[in-house]
Amino acid sequence: MNGAQDLGGAHGFGPVVPEPNEPVFHAAWERRVFAMALAMGYTGAWNLDGSRAARESLPPAEYLASSYYAIWLKALEKQLAATGLATPAEMEAGRAMEPAKPVARTLARDGLEQRFRAGFPSSRATDAPARFALGDEVLARNIHPTTHTRLPRYVRGKRGRIVRVDGAFVFPDTNAYQGGENPVWLYTVAFTAQDLWGESGDPGGTVTVAAFEPYLEPA
Amino acid sequence: MNHHHGDHDHVHHGSELSPVEARVRALESLLTEKGYLDPAALDALVELYETKVGPHLGARVVARAWVDPAFRTRLLTEATPAIAELGIGGRGGEHIVVVENTPEMHNLVVCTLCSCYPWPVLGLPPVWYKAPPYRARAVIDPRGVLAEFGVTLPETTRITVWDSTAETRYMVLPLRPAGTDGFSEDALAALVTRDSMIGTGLPKALPVEPAEMPV
Repeated sequence: MNGAQDLGGAHGFGPVVPEPNEPVFHAAWERRVFAMALAMGYTGAWNLDGSRAARESLPPAEYLASSYYAIWLKALEKQLAATGLATPAEMEAGRAMEPAKPVARTLARDGLEQRFRAGFPSSRATDAPARFALGDEVLARNIHPTTHTRLPRYVRGKRGRIVRVDGAFVFPDTNAYQGGENPVWLYTVAFTAQDLWGESGDPGGTVTVAAFEPYLEPA
Repeated sequence: MNHHHGDHDHVHHGSELSPVEARVRALESLLTEKGYLDPAALDALVELYETKVGPHLGARVVARAWVDPAFRTRLLTEATPAIAELGIGGRGGEHIVVVENTPEMHNLVVCTLCSCYPWPVLGLPPVWYKAPPYRARAVIDPRGVLAEFGVTLPETTRITVWDSTAETRYMVLPLRPAGTDGFSEDALAALVTRDSMIGTGLPKALPVEPAEMPV
């Protein structure tokens, strides 16, 4: 969706301000939100793409005015309500008023570190041949889905070149809504900075995005 | 707007909680009561990402690549299994791609759409990486962003910006600093900064010996 999350190329946000010796978390509640989001994701009630969709569907003014973990918290509350795992009244009260719904699994402390150090790959097997090959010229489609997508606006309609064939991966656009993983080929596509930004583009510069096959057509 | 520092801890006396603290505490109580969460597992997740996983791991990967050409080749060809040789890997870095800086090419990593970042090698991203100024400008004005980090590249060095729009996660292999011949892997790893693996910085320069200082 053309939401506030799609920030590439936007003006007016001011300088980047690095924080010297930045801590991993800035408040105790951020630790809990981080861990709750991961642990609830682990239950299988939704997936990572669904979480991203929930975060970016916050109203743009709210998204931009919220700190990072505040966005995570709001999205988590939204997902809990949408799946019926918790009602807004329960979240307000901090206690259960409805029976718990079954979840596929819960995250236990035992074995947790090994599980997270092993990871959760999103590459998948596919029988479909890759439509594009290294070096192919492609066009990023000029699409504007109102739902989750990972094709940023600033490359839509632009011509690029395949610089990596990354393999087949879960397709976020359907997976976000429990519409199936629908594995598709993923490519790294390079665009020249001046094709993207005209005369203001960095001379000789390149910007790459990782683009799923349905985002691309032959140039 | 408060993108740079999140909401800092405020001093609260007694049982007084800020609204967000109260909301988060209520949510954890509820989800625990309903059996969806184990607070001990949350503690372990926080401990893992606050104290164990961090850029010191990426620095080991870089140092190994600087001393071992065969490892470097494996790293640049297929990074995830190469990194796993060092016992490093996991969530948020199941599909790592390592991109190499050269005198002709500098690489810069961003996630314009959210905050994708190679967790197993760099840990959780800093606030600036997740905040709008960096996400907006890295792709349109990389030299301006680098200048804000104190990095000025020769005009002849081209820049490639890697926008992390899928589960492939990028890490930069920075140039090995001059004058480090014979350094141990540990000594080299100590020169590798987090930002040098994002591309917003360079490895630490060596202290200039007094004899080499300009007169």
